[in-house]
Amino acid sequence: MKLAILHELNAERAARRPAILVTDTESGEQRLVKAADFAKDPLRTELEKQLRMGKSANVEAGGKKLFLNVYAPTAKLVIIGAVHISQALAPLARSLGYDVTVVDPRTAFASPERFPDIPLVAEWPDAALPPLNVDAYTAFVAVTHDPKIDDPALLHAFERGCFYIGALGSRKTHAKRGDRLRAQGAKESDIARIHAPIGLAIGAVSPSEIAVSIMAEITAVLRLPPKEKEEAA
Amino acid sequence: MLDRDEDILKAAEDWQKAGHGVALATVVETWGSAPRPAGSSLVINDEGTFLGSVSGGCVEGAVVTEAMDVIQSGKPRMLEFGVADETAWNVGLSCGGTIRVFVEKVG
Repeated sequence: MKLAILHELNAERAARRPAILVTDTESGEQRLVKAADFAKDPLRTELEKQLRMGKSANVEAGGKKLFLNVYAPTAKLVIIGAVHISQALAPLARSLGYDVTVVDPRTAFASPERFPDIPLVAEWPDAALPPLNVDAYTAFVAVTHDPKIDDPALLHAFERGCFYIGALGSRKTHAKRGDRLRAQGAKESDIARIHAPIGLAIGAVSPSEIAVSIMAEITAVLRLPPKEKEEAA
Repeated sequence: MLDRDEDILKAAEDWQKAGHGVALATVVETWGSAPRPAGSSLVINDEGTFLGSVSGGCVEGAVVTEAMDVIQSGKPRMLEFGVADETAWNVGLSCGGTIRVFVEKVG
């Protein structure tokens, strides 16, 4: 690998931007394709598919055997609300490979006893969220049921383009939330991005089951191609 | 999508800049129950120091030896390890899988 390519690759990774290294395994020739350049690449279909799957693979193109090595940032999960569901959700998400952070200004909830080994930020969202570098590789879940905490957090998630945004609450609760967020300047398209009621409809009852339904929904949004995603929703 | 190899590629860059010969070995194909998925990598410098993993420990020794040659020659090569391949290589994967590893020089 040329040093220039390695340097570029490390810069993309440090910035949490995905890229794929394409290697001709016979000649050793290589090129780096940044995610932003996929659309104009001759291999775009393969590049997009492998990035979505987060899986490196061999393809044949133009009589060449090419290895596509996928470099995607570690996905993050930010949970607003150190509630009962979060106690099940945080370890489950971690077992799926997410970097998990729980935010809740209520110190009685955000206590290490309730969340052993999980990074906790006992601050209001306006102070807690900016240092977390919430980005397009972040799933964002608001489960406090308290508009004072959930609403500003959701506005932050819209701004940062999280790949998944979910919020706890019935359809009725969610309609009221929509009104409040609109009043605070949220766009209709932002509000439409919120998955609410949160989680896939699997009849979840207990906090652990709700956690499974949330992670199933996040996984579907992350991995399924756009069309199948609509069908699953 | 989960990328836990951050410090490995950073180390490759740092070693190269510090004047070391460096090689990068990457799993490009797996069959059966291979221990590490395609894309896993190992970086090796000319002192034989290595970071990362291509097989969870089974064939790293052999990969490091090959990497030394690649650092010398500058020519990439493809290695194959597996239980069905005893004649080509003395080391195999105890798990019964087969892997192909692409070894290239950095720089």
